Amino acid sequence: MTDIIKLTAAETAAKIANGELTAVEVTEAHLARIEAVDEKVHAFLHVDREGALAQARKVDEKRAAGEKLGPLAGVPLALKDIFTTEGVPTTVGSKILEGWIPPYDATVTKRLKAADVVILGKTNMDEFAMGSSTENSAYGPTGNPWDLTRIPGGSGGGSSAALASHMAPLAIGTDTGGSIRQPAAVTGTVGVKPTYGGVSRYGMVAFSSSLDQGGPCARTVLDAALLHEVMAGHDELDSTSIDAPVPPVVEAARNGSVAGLRIGVVKEFRGEGYQAGVMQRFDESVELLKELGAEVVEVSCPSFTKALAAYYLIAPSECSSNLARFDGLRYGLRTGDDGSHSAEEVTSLTREAGFGPEVKRRIMLGTYALSSGYYDAYYGSAQKVRTLITKDFEKAFEDVDVLISPTTPTTAFPIGERADDPMAMYLADLCTIPSNLAGNAAMSLPCGLAPEDGLPVGLQIIAPAMKDERLYTVGAAVEAAFAARWGHPLLEEAPAL
Amino acid sequence: MTVTYEDALASYEPVMGLEVHVELGTKTKMFCGCSTELKQDPNSQTCPTCLGLPGALPVVNAIGVESAIKIGLALNCDIAEWCRFARKNYFYPDMPKNFQTSQYDEPIAFNGYLDVQLEDGEVFRVEIERAHMEEDTGKSLHVGGATGRIHGASHSLLDYNRAGIPLIEIVTKPITGAGERAPEVAKAYVAELRELIKALDVSEARMEQGQMRCDVNLSLMKPGAEKFGTRSETKNVNSLRSVERAVRSEISRHAEVLNGGGTIIQETRHFHEDTGSTTSGRVKEEAEDYRYFPEPDLVPVAPSREWVEQLRAGLPELPRLRRNRLREEWGITQHDMQSVLNAGAIGPIVATIDAGADAAAARKWWMGELARHANETGVELGELPVTPEQVARVAALVQEGSLNDKLARQVLEGVLKGEGTPDEVVEARGLKIVKDEGALGAAVEEAIAGNPDIAKKVRDGKIQAAGALVGAVMKATRGQADAGRAREMILEKLGVEG
Repeated sequence: MTDIIKLTAAETAAKIANGELTAVEVTEAHLARIEAVDEKVHAFLHVDREGALAQARKVDEKRAAGEKLGPLAGVPLALKDIFTTEGVPTTVGSKILEGWIPPYDATVTKRLKAADVVILGKTNMDEFAMGSSTENSAYGPTGNPWDLTRIPGGSGGGSSAALASHMAPLAIGTDTGGSIRQPAAVTGTVGVKPTYGGVSRYGMVAFSSSLDQGGPCARTVLDAALLHEVMAGHDELDSTSIDAPVPPVVEAARNGSVAGLRIGVVKEFRGEGYQAGVMQRFDESVELLKELGAEVVEVSCPSFTKALAAYYLIAPSECSSNLARFDGLRYGLRTGDDGSHSAEEVTSLTREAGFGPEVKRRIMLGTYALSSGYYDAYYGSAQKVRTLITKDFEKAFEDVDVLISPTTPTTAFPIGERADDPMAMYLADLCTIPSNLAGNAAMSLPCGLAPEDGLPVGLQIIAPAMKDERLYTVGAAVEAAFAARWGHPLLEEAPAL
Repeated sequence: MTVTYEDALASYEPVMGLEVHVELGTKTKMFCGCSTELKQDPNSQTCPTCLGLPGALPVVNAIGVESAIKIGLALNCDIAEWCRFARKNYFYPDMPKNFQTSQYDEPIAFNGYLDVQLEDGEVFRVEIERAHMEEDTGKSLHVGGATGRIHGASHSLLDYNRAGIPLIEIVTKPITGAGERAPEVAKAYVAELRELIKALDVSEARMEQGQMRCDVNLSLMKPGAEKFGTRSETKNVNSLRSVERAVRSEISRHAEVLNGGGTIIQETRHFHEDTGSTTSGRVKEEAEDYRYFPEPDLVPVAPSREWVEQLRAGLPELPRLRRNRLREEWGITQHDMQSVLNAGAIGPIVATIDAGADAAAARKWWMGELARHANETGVELGELPVTPEQVARVAALVQEGSLNDKLARQVLEGVLKGEGTPDEVVEARGLKIVKDEGALGAAVEEAIAGNPDIAKKVRDGKIQAAGALVGAVMKATRGQADAGRAREMILEKLGVEG
């Protein structure tokens, strides 16, 4: 019998379409898997068993009625708990939204439902997407399926862990500084941050509005492309959404090739702080690309060294304003409403009780950076750096088709190791942040296991804005070449849970 | 010692800054599709965006931008080729996001002026600093206290129906040189601005309904001084009369403080209609830091020059110029025109003239009977349930002699009560002047027969006594007789010469 949970999304959809499997069978298999292993992994904050089964039954009925099914109809998905879901709790990993039931669906949620995707539940994350380990979740950390004592990346650690532990073949993440790509890298899965504006942010709880971008997570490049196509596209409810056709990502993923492409290796992403095994696998990837017919050149993007500093001014500044609405007056947690406190005091008490330490740290950083007298030195300068980084990318893309780098300087670190050292934690996003600042597209996909710890290493591919399809063309080629070399999917090497 | 207004002006030069907020009359809110209709159940006109729910995003109302540009053009402003919204960050329960989406250093319109005409016809130029777009807040209702204010209340209710309604804030440059006429200039400016907004058809600009709200900043300086004095900010002065009184009262108060050797503190003040004076509100111990930054959820607004020119070409005649033209056409004084303006009667009168009435008659009915009725019922003239066409018809009936003024008033009353058109009211109430000689003759005979003593006096030559008989005829005909003809017939019957 087929092991349903090991199928790719594309395979699952095909089997449902041809009647080999029913959507209900597929959904039940994944719910059973969640039941069996999520106690250890803690990928989900909320499992919507009834909603998922109802959606699956609808798909089976549609098929029985002879209706045409979409490319992902009946395929289960794990949704990051940052997207609003009508009638289903949405916490953003924070106590401040505990118990809140949104009255509306995010655009992404709507599109998934319209595509007959089965949403299994909501996945764990760093509170308000602030973090690189999912340890900042108010509901406890998530384990990395490769080693449960290690972090699954963050902020979207719940989504990456759900994929790596076969609790879902598809997941959705959001990427503000690397929150899709870094979790993908450390769990041996695929994650894509589309071009800024490619996926609607409506109903995606804001952390840093000018950087946040939702994107697909999967175990294969093709699956990511199928999901990308379903979730992307112009949305009139999001003014920053791009009013242009979705790049042909599925076609690209089906036609992987690097022959004749010029690929740039970013010189600045190397050196101190980069784990030897990570660089070894990265260098092997470079050799592989050459073997596949690509021309690989070194490019320099000098401003990238300032990206982290700029990011930690812009993101906290925007977050300090975005999170002001959580005041205990309209929804979510309310503390101190006992008749003895004013509204202002209730707001203070609620925010004190409802926000975790990292969120408070960033609100304070951002409030300070935007203050009168400091704005030009901090927020203003950071915006200038942002422009320089964008120019570095533009210059590089005049010469090459895509850029590559390690996704993250190290493999998954142990839970707790960097919890008290914010700077060390921030370094996990060193290679991913420039793409958020510039708004272009980037992917992480597995390129092997680091010899020293046997943990997955991610290869990052970066494409110019609106050229998301290049990620899939290159990614599919690399994936196929590695699969041929390894003889099996990398995740097969993960220990049984 | 109390300083009189005159004393104050003898020693100081007032400097004013006026900030006017106008609620636009768009159908939907500034950043979402909710209706702007306010007379609804609390929080019924809300959605995720204007409630600031997690994840919700704003989308700019294009009509809001268009209205802002029209206002900017009418105020002779430059229109920005590129501008952005900005977030003004501060916590307040009636603001769902705890920031107001506004504009900061990149307003849509800037650097303009508005010429205002004072009572004596003099034209005073008020320079405009900027006009920018922003959103309104919700409303708090404080329950359980004696005053309805937050102090002493047991709890507060929040209604977000108003949250997100588009506002245009229009800020003047410092107004200097008005001297003792400062209160009049302030009032005339707000009045002129209101007329302008109405003429542009972007808002009904009703101050009593909060559709137009004025903040008055005022300071005094010694003549010839180089720096302005410290200002006070009197918030939400919401009628033309109050604007004038607030300026006057603040001038006196500042002078009193300064003459007493005191210093003016920069603070927010509240104006009280009952006393005509202001009291201290919140003292700004330190400048409030709103941490403005460009709104990342919205794209910049970049109105094309073609669009701006198209809007410029479509601007209506400016109210001041229109008033001067009409005043000449109607042949009335500046003062009479001011009364017409204050009554909000220009539009109705023009429409009534367009419907065929002559200017004097149109003005007479709107400024008389109808203005009285509007006053009594507390509505604007334009809101009365009578159309200019109906008023013109009444005027025509008077003109042709079918109605006298008294009957005409009754006809209008009937129309206002919803009894139908003027002709229907005339018919239903039987309000035609009685010209039928037979009916009138009978009434005359009856009056003479019923009042033999008076009839004798008239026969004996006391002709003025005939008035009492005319009165009897009018009474008998319920006012519908042609009084002149009745008098003629009475004298004829009694054989005396009128």
